[in-house]
Amino acid sequence: MNAAVPMPATHRPGTARAPWLLSAPAFLLFICLLLVPLVLTAVLSFQVFDHASGVKNSFTLSHYAAVLTDDYYHRIFWRTFWISALTTFICVLVGAPEAYVLSRMRSPWRSILLLVVLAPLLVSVVVRAFGWSMLLGPEGLVNQAIRAMGLPTMRILYTEAAVIIALVHVMLPFMVIPVWTSLQKLDPGVENAALSLGASPFTTLRRIIFPQVLPGVLSGSLIVFGLSASAFAIPGLLGGRRLKMVATVVYDEYLHELNWPLGAAIALTLLLANLVLMLSYNRVLERSYKKSMG
Amino acid sequence: MSKNGPIALLFNAFVIAFMMAPLVIVCVVAFTPENTLTIPTTQFSLRWFRAVFAHSDFVQSFRNSLWLAFLSATLATVLAVPAGLAIARHSFPGRDFLNGLFLSPLIIPHLVLGVALLRTFSLIGATGSFFWLALAHVVIITPYALRLVLASVAGSDRSAEQAALSLGASQATVFRRITLPMILPGVTGGWLLAFINSFDEVTMSIFVTAPSTVTLPVRMYMYATESIDPLMAAVSALMVALTAVAMLVLDRVYGLDKILVGHR
Repeated sequence: MNAAVPMPATHRPGTARAPWLLSAPAFLLFICLLLVPLVLTAVLSFQVFDHASGVKNSFTLSHYAAVLTDDYYHRIFWRTFWISALTTFICVLVGAPEAYVLSRMRSPWRSILLLVVLAPLLVSVVVRAFGWSMLLGPEGLVNQAIRAMGLPTMRILYTEAAVIIALVHVMLPFMVIPVWTSLQKLDPGVENAALSLGASPFTTLRRIIFPQVLPGVLSGSLIVFGLSASAFAIPGLLGGRRLKMVATVVYDEYLHELNWPLGAAIALTLLLANLVLMLSYNRVLERSYKKSMG
Repeated sequence: MSKNGPIALLFNAFVIAFMMAPLVIVCVVAFTPENTLTIPTTQFSLRWFRAVFAHSDFVQSFRNSLWLAFLSATLATVLAVPAGLAIARHSFPGRDFLNGLFLSPLIIPHLVLGVALLRTFSLIGATGSFFWLALAHVVIITPYALRLVLASVAGSDRSAEQAALSLGASQATVFRRITLPMILPGVTGGWLLAFINSFDEVTMSIFVTAPSTVTLPVRMYMYATESIDPLMAAVSALMVALTAVAMLVLDRVYGLDKILVGHR
């Protein structure tokens, strides 16, 4: 997550204590409410669960075995994976060009429209999910428009389509931000040079702009995929009772089935899959950064 | 720089419409006089807003959320300022580890945090405690406060502090009279961003709230899974309005574009 910064020699002996003292309150809180809970949950995921008596103090691998072998969980992990991958793909297709178009806007519009695209980020995801459930419902605006065109009512709400549409809406800012940031670093002189040397606008876009924003697109994809894979409120409200994703299944195990160890195993499998993906993707990212630097 | 063509502008209009659609529909439907989720065409009514304020569960949750966001944002800022100063100003063994640890709630799914905290709270008997819920929120919003503190500490000039120190001011005086005023925009911006994120949080909170500490987004989530009526639209419209106000203040204090995209 953070590149190791080369450590300059400490100025005076004994100065190592001051920064640790300053960080101590936050550090203590993060140990008690982040590291310890994660360890406790890891332990819990290996404990036996019995529907009559609850969690027992004996070791078992059965929860992980269930997650890894049961078809039901395979289907849910697979659905979560492809929905997140498709969401990421759409966010790249929409978010990257949108950031490019915005960066070419003239002065007041540029920042106003950028804020319009990014501001929904600060509105609660429950509100946005509810907005989409109104738009996509059988009597919603989208279906009214479809009927006005003479087509039959489509069932969108409580399908994968609704979940993906709302996920794209929630995730798009996370794609626009990194692409916008890498566009800001771009030297307009290079683009003008390519154009004045006779390259077509399309060639300029493909050979000059695209390679330079690729790292932004890649890091945006990483964030979008990770957040989509663990999204809870969107599949919960727009997927309905039958269309489960990993997060909603974990919720069910915890609060309806009360099988906490199994829920913990599913949640930790998700965390682990996410971390593995991020680390391997980071490798690719670093390589592409090196390439773009020449 | 060359201008956008008509296709690019049309595309842009579509994206803007897509981003605004769910928020606009929520705000419009909230004014319906009907009993169902319809778009008001001839009459506008405030009956559903009145219904929200008469609904004691929503009012209670709203109060919980406001108080929770205020308390946890304040605590997070109090923790983030010294930690930020330590990380930005000193090089010490463990610096990268601390920085990574404090920012890690940004990449650990809130679902996992919710599950982990639920287990911890039930072991120590803290379920239903407002105080522990606030501490849980502090963990997930500290990264937001910390990032703005780090940015403003990195951008501040140290010579004024060194001058004050060499003229005999105590460390405490230097912090109070020089350092804090210099990084204040970052600190207040960080507080507001932390406040908004705590106020909006649903995924972790749904695991660790008890009936008496249910926050507004959790209440809305549970309400929306059971029934869908204009009451939900009215609450949502109020949340949109509140967020808009917070954003305006944030823009005044720190600059919204700086927070969202890092720089101008």
